[in-house]
Amino acid sequence: MSERLHVNPIACTGHGLCADLFPERISLDDWGYPILDATPIPPDLRKHAMRAVRACPTIALRLERAARTTQTTGA
Amino acid sequence: MTEPRLLAGLSGSGPMSLARHVATHGELPAVSASGRPAFLAEVTASGLRGRGGAGFPAGVKGGAVAGQRPPVVIINGSESEPMSSKDRVLLTHTPHLVIDGAQIAAETVAAREVILVAAPEVLPCLRSALEERRSVARPETRLRLLPGGSGYVAGEETALIAHVEGRPALPRVKPPLPVEKGLRGRPTLVHNVETTAQLALVARHGAEWFRAEGTRGHPGTTLVTVSGAVAEPGVYEVPLGIPLSQLPGIAGGALEPIRALLVGGYFGAWVDADGTGITLDEASLRDQGASVGAGVIVVLGQSACPVAETARLAAWMSAESAGQCGPCVHGLASLAEVLQRIASGRTYPGDIELLARWGAMIHGRGACRHPDGVARMIASATRVFPHELANHARGRPCRSCDAPATLLTPERRRRAA
Repeated sequence: MSERLHVNPIACTGHGLCADLFPERISLDDWGYPILDATPIPPDLRKHAMRAVRACPTIALRLERAARTTQTTGA
Repeated sequence: MTEPRLLAGLSGSGPMSLARHVATHGELPAVSASGRPAFLAEVTASGLRGRGGAGFPAGVKGGAVAGQRPPVVIINGSESEPMSSKDRVLLTHTPHLVIDGAQIAAETVAAREVILVAAPEVLPCLRSALEERRSVARPETRLRLLPGGSGYVAGEETALIAHVEGRPALPRVKPPLPVEKGLRGRPTLVHNVETTAQLALVARHGAEWFRAEGTRGHPGTTLVTVSGAVAEPGVYEVPLGIPLSQLPGIAGGALEPIRALLVGGYFGAWVDADGTGITLDEASLRDQGASVGAGVIVVLGQSACPVAETARLAAWMSAESAGQCGPCVHGLASLAEVLQRIASGRTYPGDIELLARWGAMIHGRGACRHPDGVARMIASATRVFPHELANHARGRPCRSCDAPATLLTPERRRRAA
């Protein structure tokens, strides 16, 4: 079962701790908000991913099992 | 020209009475509990796509409503697109068709409650229509009317649900999808007003009839609001697949040579006027980086300045951000600022490249598709108006810069905090 990072864009306020702790998969955009690499997190990087998740002051970052299809049903 | 379907029987003098509605369209069949799967299959077979902007298949959406708690149907008449009037026209001229569709949608998903959200001005028409139906109403379904929230994003599905809950009309994160967990956690089916009216026709005439117009991939008729440099701006019913080049003619003809069309809505895309062969359907428009959207067609004449219009649009859409997501709030403000610099001719080196950089940077990173729409509109402007943008950026404004605005940017009404 693959694990991927997801960020809640409403909860996120751009502290940027996640990118500091997990630069392999998280970078910051031109305004300081996280851009996530959507590929599955391999086992050897998992602890870094979890460190970033736990560090988020607004609990906006999460690591989820299984591919989530964000299929919208219309705006 | 095709036979009108949604706009059939309109006399142009106020809302269609119940009697005239039944004489025009026939009686509305009921969808019984045992008939639900068959009707859902019929809707799927019809290929009806949502007419609110996203174009999602109506049959798939209806079929996805599932959960333990009783479902609810919300009919979305918010119509916050400044250049769109089609939903208003349906609600004020043929309210019974919309109410029929709401009834059918509710019966299909076994919802006992339907809420119709629309601008306060159109609610009296609906109230009268409901009064007319009182004696023939199917007692099982309760239809409640609610004035809509203000602001561009108030019509977004999850923002609409928040508004119905009595909260500020701001989008929410998905998942969960409203069809699973929406209004107060209940499975919620949200349909645009026009989609709802189309449903009422599919219920009467079936999938094959529906498919007799339009294209294979995008069947049926659709309402378009044609405005801008045309003699008779207004709402028109056209078959999907109609060449874009025919649309100005349907609205009384262009008043001057056409520079471009804004297609879909403010979240849509600019399309070159010279684009022969482009038709009003998803497949054709997708190749142009555009989509049918909410059926908005704004004709931009040669006397308008596409750079000024685009800059004004970007600024307005930035102000209309819900203000919840960093990439949207900051990204749209940054893009609007660059476009303003370009429009005024006071640019920094690299400004035009910033439009592409930031447009790509914000795509898909908000809770809703607002930033995506603005990014798309701006990307289309760089494709369709490269010379105008470059000239303005070099400090050469054109004589049309101060022309009256084609695209309306209404002052933001106060939103509840």
